[in-house]
This record gives sequence, structure tokens and C-alpha cells, in this order.
Amino acid sequence: MTATIARKPSRPRTRRPVWEERPTPVGQTGKAVLLGLLVLSVLFPLWVILVTSLSSRETIAQAGGLVVIPKGIDTSAYDTIFAGGAVTRALWISTLVTVIGTAIALTVTVLAAYGLSRPRSLGYRWLLAYFLLPFLIYPPLVPKYLVVTGLGLKDTIWALVLPPAISVFNLVVVRGFFQGVPQELLDSARMDGANDFLTLARIVLPLSRAVIAVVGLFYAVSYWNVWFDALLFIDRNDMYPIQRVLQSYLLAGQAPHTSGGTSGVTMPPTESIKMAVVVLTVAPIVAVYPFIQRHFIKGVLIGAIKG
Amino acid sequence: MMGTRHASVDAGSRPARPGGSTSPAAAGPTRAGRTGRRRRVPLRTRLRRDWQLLAMVAPGFVILLVFSYVPILGNVIAFQDYNPYLGSNPLEAFLHSDWIGFGQFQLLFEDPAFWDAFRNTLAITAFQLVFFFPLPILLAIMLHNLLSSRLRGFIQTVVYLPHFFSWVLVVSFFVAMLGGAGLLAQTMREAGMEPWNVMTNPDTFIILVTAEAVWKDVGWGTIVFLAALSTIDQNLYEAAAADGAGRWRRLWHITLPGLRPVIVLLLILRLGDALSVGFEQFLLQRDAVGRQASEVLDTFVYHFSIATGNYGYGAAAGLFKAAVGLCLILAANKVAHMLGERGIYSRS
Repeated sequence: MTATIARKPSRPRTRRPVWEERPTPVGQTGKAVLLGLLVLSVLFPLWVILVTSLSSRETIAQAGGLVVIPKGIDTSAYDTIFAGGAVTRALWISTLVTVIGTAIALTVTVLAAYGLSRPRSLGYRWLLAYFLLPFLIYPPLVPKYLVVTGLGLKDTIWALVLPPAISVFNLVVVRGFFQGVPQELLDSARMDGANDFLTLARIVLPLSRAVIAVVGLFYAVSYWNVWFDALLFIDRNDMYPIQRVLQSYLLAGQAPHTSGGTSGVTMPPTESIKMAVVVLTVAPIVAVYPFIQRHFIKGVLIGAIKG
Repeated sequence: MMGTRHASVDAGSRPARPGGSTSPAAAGPTRAGRTGRRRRVPLRTRLRRDWQLLAMVAPGFVILLVFSYVPILGNVIAFQDYNPYLGSNPLEAFLHSDWIGFGQFQLLFEDPAFWDAFRNTLAITAFQLVFFFPLPILLAIMLHNLLSSRLRGFIQTVVYLPHFFSWVLVVSFFVAMLGGAGLLAQTMREAGMEPWNVMTNPDTFIILVTAEAVWKDVGWGTIVFLAALSTIDQNLYEAAAADGAGRWRRLWHITLPGLRPVIVLLLILRLGDALSVGFEQFLLQRDAVGRQASEVLDTFVYHFSIATGNYGYGAAAGLFKAAVGLCLILAANKVAHMLGERGIYSRS
């Protein structure tokens, strides 16, 4: 797979070669319409949701629900949310889970990737098989639930942080990158008396910033997006992460109410508050994404496919 | 002989056979005994040399042990009349529960709800294979042929984005746009039409979930194909054009054959996962369209075990799904080999 891809990638074309026929008007228009619709299908909902969240009650009533064309900016929805309550708390919990989770997951993954990057080390083959097998056999839901509950992790953030703290996919990505570090560098570090921990910290990590950023983004996004694990393991509604709150605000009646349900929401939230919660859930992802986007294609391809 | 999926990733080291003892300490002597030509280094020396690497691997080892391997072994509760209230915690309850053999499986195979879920799962997989699978390929070809790199970069940035959204968000977006109180219904009401609510219609549910999946992942799916496209030798196109091949002939005879290994690989992975069509997506929308249309195997496992407390039953359903899935992926890989493709892992 990688071999196929790594074979001299040709540069993307920027000019039409002389031998190629001129595009037909029909073909060009069709392509433009298709691609335009696709881009709009992503940007338009984002726009409508953002505008509605910033609209006043009157504008929303006038539009009959969602607002497409903004009329003035009204931040009252955000003021209400940040005055405290379920959403603010959930944002804190999610931030906590994301920060702690990403830190732990990155540490575990980087260490394991380095430990597994040297073919002739002790137990190498067995350990590699051990780490890669969960790629083929997923941990089954029911026993996993019983294990996490049995360890007493229920209703703590550790139930959300620890089980996904190593993803085989990310491990493969990082390990692939580490194996590309020139052997001479590692040897010279060894000559200077550096042990493996020092080599990792001083030589390998500084060379791997891009891949660490990508894998960090993958972990951070998956922790921020955690929903089902919270449905399983978090019963106390003051411990809900943001996705659970979003679900109870927008999809009430759409999704299962488990213990706790939507208590804490006494009145049905107004349209602008609902949309503000959506905006706050999307915002961190949209904010971080452009910085890392240019790296992640490389990262994805190193780790082959799946994800 | 069980290969692991990574074999195609690092061709340099063939995966060891899993099974038997996985303890690192036991591995040293066994291997030294098996492959005599490898120079013999005493275990103690190797341990002194490599203990830091082993220490680095340890945290990941423990996490996988606790949250992957113990649950995989925990599948045995499928053969038990498991009662979580025997003993002080679920793990202890396992020791006190009675063994009942294949009783749970018997019940499972007689359960019409299970077969509903099974049918739904296969129907959705088949539907998405036809209406979702080819789309990233088409999109990738269209993007690849764009001449302006700025425009291409912009489109890529936008269409990759939804991949990072959670299912709660994706479904929320769809509800806001297409739901009963959504923008579409709102516009139709203003135009004096009877609004249709696609979010709660069980008959069109299969189209809805496919549309959601396409919206979320069609862009992301192009990455692999774009990479493969960039490896196709441009001279082939020029030579074909010189021989009088038009753009469709070039697409058919050069581009698609160039993508074939990747397409086959992804097809195998998809077939191996035929029984997983997504989980959160269906769980989130189950109440809106009803169980009949939306229950898939994964949600069945959840609803008939954790939601109701019947753990052994759910474990049996999960184990059945995992076993069939493993057979499927091995079978799909076998077929790929017979067709002369590389597949996911190659036979050593």
C-alpha cells in the first residue's frame, strides 16, 4: 500500500498538457456545479447555524425558525450560556477530557511507537503482534463495559480518557515516521552516551513535530467528540461532556434517554441557544483544523488506510 | 495462520503469529531456538540492552491488556448465564455465574429482532457499497484534474472538515436542515407546500443514513485515491492521447487500472466490516424512525444487553458478529489473492 503510494508521487498538474483536448463547456459546467454544491453543502449549514445563534428572538420569529440572512448581531444566546449552567459545565468537562486525554494518549503512543521501532530488540515480533492485533479484533462492547464498570471508573473522566488512550492506527502512523529517522543520527546519539529515553526526547521528537501534531489532532478530536462512551459510563448529568448536552438539546426525542435524561433543562431552549451550542461544539475543531490540515495527508498515508 | 492488517504497511518485518504465549520474556528463548542462524545473544544481555524499550512499551501494553485483551477474553460470558449482581463487582460475578454452553446463541438465532437487525445491516452495507463507495473515487478524479491548485486546496479543506465532526453534530446538522422544524420544512411551509420530514421517515431511512455518511466522509475518502492518482505515470496519458484515445478511454484504460489495487484493498476492508455500518449514527436516530428500520447489529448488542441488563445475550450477539466479521475479512482477502491482487496481507 505504502509502497504503491511512495513511488515517486508526480506533482499535481497546474497547466493543461498540449496533447490534451480542450474541455467541453457542458463538462466544465457540470463539474463546477457538482463541486460547488458539495462545498456549499458544508459551508451553508455552518453559515445558517452561526447566523441563527447570533440572531435576536424577533429575527428568528420573523424568519420562522432558522435565519439565513443576518439582521444585526445579538449575543444574548452566548451570554445566557456563559452565565453558567449545563453547557458551561459540559464545555469544561470536555476541555478537561480533551487536554488530559490527548496528553496521556500522545505520551503512551509515542513511547510505544519508539519502543516498537527497532526490529531486533527483545521480544520485538511478539510485542508488535500484540499491539497490532486489536486492529483486527475490536474489543467487544459488553465485556468492555463490564471491565470499565468493574474497575470503578464509572462517573469519572478516566472512563472516557483511558480506554481509547492508544489507537493502533495512530501507533502505526507514529512508528512509521520514527522508522524513517536516519540510523546515523540514532547511532551518533548512542556514541555520545545517550540512552533510549534521551534519544527519543532530543533527537527523534524534534524531527517528528509534524506527525505528532497530526496524531495529537486525531486524539484531541476523538476526545472532544466522545459521546457513546459518555452514554455508557457517565450517569451523573453534571459530568456530561458537551456532545451529551448537544444531543439532549437538539436531538431530544431523537435519541435514547438514559438515566438522568435531560434534567437541568427546564424549559425548551430557544432556537438561538440551540444553535449557539452547535457553534460552540464545532468551534474548537474548526479553529484547530487549518493549522494541521496541511500535515495530515502525509500522516494518513503513512498509516495506510482506515480511519 | 492469521496475518495482521499491518503487513502491507511495513513490508520489512513479517508479523509474528499471534496466539500462544505473548509474554515478552518467553519470546526470547523460543525465537532463539527456532531460528538458529540468528546470532545467539543471552537473554540477560538482551534484557540489559533493551530494558528501556520494554519500559517504553509498558504503558501501552497495560492499556491494551485491560481495555482490549481482557474484554476479548471476557467474550466467554456469552457461554454463561451471567449475572452481574453475584459477587461484589462485575469481574467477580463472572467467577460465580453458571456455564450454560450455547444456550444464549440458541435464543439469539430464534429471536426475530436479531434477524431484523441482521437484515438491516446487510441491506445498508449493500446500499452503501453501490451509492457511497464509488463517490470518493469520482470526486478524487475530479479534484485531480482541476488545474488551479488554489481552488483544489480550498475544496479539499472544505470537504475534509465534516470528517472531524461527531455523529451528534452531523445528525444535528441534518435535523437543522432537513428535520420537521428545519430549514427545508420552513421554506416549504412558506411556499405553501406540505413539508416532508425525512428525519423520521422509516421508508427512506436507508437513503438518509447514506446521505449523512457521504456528507461526513466523502471528502476524507478521496485522500487515498488522490495519492494513488499522483503515482500514475503521466507519460501513459500522453502516449494514449497520441494513439488517439479520448478522455473517457484514457479514464477507463489508464486511470481506473491505476487505482485498481487501492480500490480492491478498500473493498476488502469494507467487506470485512460488512457487519459494521456505524453505531452512533444509528443509535442517535433509532427513536426517531423506530427500531424496525434502524436497528443494526451493533445497536442490537447495546439495546439487548447494557440497556436491559441481559449481558450474556448481548455478548453472544457481539461474539457472533465478530466471528462472522473475521471470516468475512479472511475470505475477502483470499478472493483478492485469487484475483492476483496483493490484498491486506500476503501469505508468507
